Amino acid sequence: MSEKIRSQPHNRRFGELALPHLDSAYNLARWLLRDDHDAEDVVQEAFLRAFSAFGGFRGENARPWLLAIVRNSCYTWLAQHRRAEIEVSYDDDVHGGEDRIDGAGARADNPETIVALRDDIRLVDEALQRLPVGYREVVVLRDIEDLSYKEIAEVAALPIGTVMSRLARGRKLLGTDLTRLRNGEDHGQ
Amino acid sequence: MDNEDVRSLVSAHATRHSAPPALADRIADALPAAPSHADREGSWFWQGAGLGAATTAVLAIALGIGLTLKHPSHDDLLVDEAVANHVRSLQASHAVDVASSDQHTVKPWFNGKVNYAVPAFDLGAEGFPLAGGRLDYFDGEPIAVLVYRHRLHTINVFVRPAKKSGSIGQVSGTLDRQGFAVERWMKDGMEFWAVSDADVTTLAQLRTLMMAESHAH
Repeated sequence: MSEKIRSQPHNRRFGELALPHLDSAYNLARWLLRDDHDAEDVVQEAFLRAFSAFGGFRGENARPWLLAIVRNSCYTWLAQHRRAEIEVSYDDDVHGGEDRIDGAGARADNPETIVALRDDIRLVDEALQRLPVGYREVVVLRDIEDLSYKEIAEVAALPIGTVMSRLARGRKLLGTDLTRLRNGEDHGQ
Repeated sequence: MDNEDVRSLVSAHATRHSAPPALADRIADALPAAPSHADREGSWFWQGAGLGAATTAVLAIALGIGLTLKHPSHDDLLVDEAVANHVRSLQASHAVDVASSDQHTVKPWFNGKVNYAVPAFDLGAEGFPLAGGRLDYFDGEPIAVLVYRHRLHTINVFVRPAKKSGSIGQVSGTLDRQGFAVERWMKDGMEFWAVSDADVTTLAQLRTLMMAESHAH
């Protein structure tokens, strides 16, 4: 923690509360914005917002609180710079999750494909990058950041049921895309 | 590949990006030197009334950065004021003066309270049920507020006649203040400010719906 933060009690408390989650915050922003510099700028801005807001923070767990601010900042940034990325409609019907994705994933059931895929690590990042942002964020929060459904609901301002259906559908889309990439069917969109 | 395979692939192999080492210092350097409540001194907003401590804390959030940095523009202050009004309406359990999802109840309720016709529409079929209306005070004047619900969120839409054409200013489109989204638009000579803790895409959706409605009427 830098000297400047340590020197002021108010700043120090914020530093102790927020800075341990800086990597989580950056990881989320980096995955949502898909750019190092933009992620850095937005995280900095989000931490300043969090600083001015944290007098009102009464919770036990600062991470979802902080990530919610980071996530909102990312969406605002996208709305201003790449609006098309957030203008995606999501079919959040809880019951429809498993069977409406088109059939391209069918051949993924081949166990050899799965084994081969495990060796091709870089494809995981590539496929995740290409996922629509509303799916990408729940997958990142759950499978990389290891947040609970409840915490994700708080961060993404979604009902828990929607978190679960987005997660299921996001993984399904990801699996389909991974299979396509593995088979060399699709290089970039 | 089933979802469990995907989950384990992502957990094991997706990159967890680490913050660049310089970022923590950059943030520390950018923090204001003193606690933000020092900024309450002299703020036009605090002279208002005996606000409770809890309200004060939340308003501090709402006002936060806008007052700590340089000289905020009039538009900036209006955004802060809209957010503060929104927060106060939730805190005081005073979200609505007239509770009704019936636009034919809400719309005439404003007669005699503001000197313009308020375009009230129930958008329940589209996921934004009208909860009612409220008279608030904004930019130095009484203003009509339409209150919508969306899932668990409350959305305040401030409606007033547009000022002279030059006044759209820099605040149009979408903003985010302390985690509250603000969306402003003009339509048929009226100016709309929507404020909510819902995300910006939700407000953009409401704007689209309301713009379509005001066409239809």
